[in-house]
Amino acid sequence: MFLRKSPWIIHYDATSCNGCDIEVVASLTPLYDLERFGIINMGNPKHADIFVVTGSVNPSSSAVVRNIYDQMPNPKVVVAVGICATSGGIFRECYNVLGGIDKVIPVDVYVPGCAARPESIIDGIVKALDILEQRSREFKKLRVESQRQEKKLRRYRLND
Amino acid sequence: MAQRNIIPFGPQHPVLPEPIHLDLVTEDETVVEAIPSIGFVHRGLEKLVEKKDYQEFVYVAERICGICSFMHGMTYCQAVEEIMGLDVPPRALYLRTVWAELSRIHSHLMWLGLAADAFGFESLFMNCWRHREGVLDIIEATTGGRVIFGSCKIGGVRRDIDDGTMKGIVKKLETMASEIRRSTDVFLNDYSVQHRLKGVGVIDGEEAHRLGTVGPVLRASGIAMDARKIGYAAYRDLKFEPVIEKDGDCYSRCRVRVREVFQSIELIAQAAQKIPPGETEIRVTGAPEGEYFSRVEQPRGEVIYYVKADGTKNLKRFRVRTPTFANLPAMVKMLKGAGLADVPNIILTIDPCISCVER
Repeated sequence: MFLRKSPWIIHYDATSCNGCDIEVVASLTPLYDLERFGIINMGNPKHADIFVVTGSVNPSSSAVVRNIYDQMPNPKVVVAVGICATSGGIFRECYNVLGGIDKVIPVDVYVPGCAARPESIIDGIVKALDILEQRSREFKKLRVESQRQEKKLRRYRLND
Repeated sequence: MAQRNIIPFGPQHPVLPEPIHLDLVTEDETVVEAIPSIGFVHRGLEKLVEKKDYQEFVYVAERICGICSFMHGMTYCQAVEEIMGLDVPPRALYLRTVWAELSRIHSHLMWLGLAADAFGFESLFMNCWRHREGVLDIIEATTGGRVIFGSCKIGGVRRDIDDGTMKGIVKKLETMASEIRRSTDVFLNDYSVQHRLKGVGVIDGEEAHRLGTVGPVLRASGIAMDARKIGYAAYRDLKFEPVIEKDGDCYSRCRVRVREVFQSIELIAQAAQKIPPGETEIRVTGAPEGEYFSRVEQPRGEVIYYVKADGTKNLKRFRVRTPTFANLPAMVKMLKGAGLADVPNIILTIDPCISCVER
């Protein structure tokens, strides 16, 4: 519930041309000011809730993307920023490009554009907030359920 | 002797939005050696010339790097125009100069912000990026794009700037200059900034030249090398002197960039005065045949394009030598002997653009 009030993002440039990266940073700075939503750009994957990826993936960056995604705690949401992150864009015919981010990790929100404008990046992240909230509710339910199961099992063991 | 440790730096790290990986070999707090490894942004777009025709490829060239995208497009167009022997209208050349200088201002302001972030001056970072939005507004009003303009084409430019708008741009930049000066004075005069930057990452002129550095890194070591002096586009008609500093440390590299922001504003004012009326593009037919080296001064230094064409729609070979690639050996040299806390500053002062390096 409270995650929505202040989600922290982590940004990684998979093989982007920098266009979308500087727009991601621009959306955090005074004119667009994503920080008014309580959003802070974090360097540490273990502190982050939303994973913002720009650019398509290549063999060496796919391992890094996978690694960062695995290190993030649940619940987490992935936002693919830019057309390269969505499908490979203008570079999809290059020999070293595998395609969009969804080739490596599941993506929740796609933000199109080359380069994606700060307005659409903000829109995408706000959309991700809803998904994050829903996911955190499901996650909580799952945890409560698993605790109940555990308790039950313990009781069985005691009866034995 | 202290124990040697290897500290991995990157590819995901909070200093720079881009992935660069360095293995820092340290003894206590001192870096003994830095081993860079690249390949996280390699796309292989040089080979794309075989699939896209030479006019389409302007779009790909613009996307080599999103920060100096216009200059990449311009360098490519210059090379092809030179091979085909096209006479680009002078108005188009002036417009290219204006857009190139605008992107230099936005790139340098962006760098100043990131440098402030690297030494932990958050409010200065925010201020620099606020100034940068003013430049982006001008770019958006004249080209339609914020970071990737798409306004350069082979044989000219796609859009015109009318005289009224041009006067408005010059006036707006003048008012912005005084605002920008308030922020840049902090870089030049603030005690804590000088404490972090002065005497850090020193490289002298001879060494810098031997290692083949270009752009602000070389000019900060006292060597006046500026590819704009070759006189491409409209630079042959404009009066300017390359900005140089003597010390070759992080502080002088910062100073060079600060002074270049104001130099670019002045160059735009000069270009606005001298811009001739007339066409902005010419019709291009046929296909190029021949080869050419094209050189342009980007915000990070001199970029070299090699284009080889064989008379078909697709180019034969396309090769880029970007400024950051030339500056990496100097960076590795500067990192040797530096303190661990200065590593982010040193990496940032060469203004690394990894997507340029790896393409």
